[in-house]
Amino acid sequence: MAPAAPRSGDAIFASVERVNAELFTLTYGAIVRQLLTDLEEVEEVNKQLDQMGYNIGIRLIDEFLAKSNVSRCVDFKETAEVIAKVGFKMFLGVTASVTNWDADGTCCSIVLEDNPLVDFVELPDTCQGLYYCNILSGVIRGALEMVSMKTEVTWIRDVLRGDDAYELQVKLLKQVPEEYPYKDDE
Amino acid sequence: MGREVSESCIDSLLTEMVSTYCNRFYANKPELAARRIEAIGYQVGHQLSERYTMDRPRFSDHLEAIKFICKDFWSELFKKQIDNLKTNHRGTFVLQDNRFRWLTRMSIDQSPENGASEDTSIMADNKAVQSMHLYFPCGIIRGALSNLGIPCAVSADISNLPACSFVVRIKA
Repeated sequence: MAPAAPRSGDAIFASVERVNAELFTLTYGAIVRQLLTDLEEVEEVNKQLDQMGYNIGIRLIDEFLAKSNVSRCVDFKETAEVIAKVGFKMFLGVTASVTNWDADGTCCSIVLEDNPLVDFVELPDTCQGLYYCNILSGVIRGALEMVSMKTEVTWIRDVLRGDDAYELQVKLLKQVPEEYPYKDDE
Repeated sequence: MGREVSESCIDSLLTEMVSTYCNRFYANKPELAARRIEAIGYQVGHQLSERYTMDRPRFSDHLEAIKFICKDFWSELFKKQIDNLKTNHRGTFVLQDNRFRWLTRMSIDQSPENGASEDTSIMADNKAVQSMHLYFPCGIIRGALSNLGIPCAVSADISNLPACSFVVRIKA
């Protein structure tokens, strides 16, 4: 059987069960707020959000692969494009663009103009230093780790901090070779 | 229809929120974890009911407000209404959703013929996990009603899965 053709982010998003984004946005906001109350330190909240994202990412990759029919990406450039065009679209319903490649093609930026996580959000002065959307960077890091790519994902621009867009820098640290647990003759 | 996200987004977020509070922050203090999860739900319910009642006249009595939760509010969240509403006319309301969405994806095995004795600890674990997941919607309902000026206590009953009944007791 020929492998199924990869599907576009739009097609997948149109076919999956969807929910009211306000519920999602406000729930995320309430979680961040509760974490700030419980943990007090903004740095610690950043860390927990990243950890939560990582845990989500390592599970979400399965759904991504199952629904998108994406086959192995030839290089990291293609990987980044797939995250931006298919990944963001099928889950959050928004598309992102990929820019700022470095010379050896291992580091780029994913830029989001629209970000459903931040509807209704304004950061008070006491929360300077908070990476409000840190869960997103964790999701990308976790998902890529499950397909053998160790990455470092950091925020470069953040509208909540006064920038004009959301920009995530994704840096490929190491491509872990896949090792099969079985021998050739099995 | 307003903006939407994939259902996996909210499912993953809720699962991770419950696991963060129950397994990482308060692994040995389930009652503290429960209180935090309920508080997050309360916040969400409070804000959502504020938004969804913006263009409405005030509710004339408790029943009107409860009906709003059953119909409009539930439809916004779950694309369906509460299936059955009962009341004792003395401040207790039971809202039953015959197929509560946030429980339908959970691995639940309640059938008694399924090796009952040796699995009791697993079943007890399962139960604990499910009830942790229910603090969030209970908090949402309590937050929504409290924003409408109705202080209450909300609990959930899942003895009839996948149906889920939310019991609202209005404080006099």
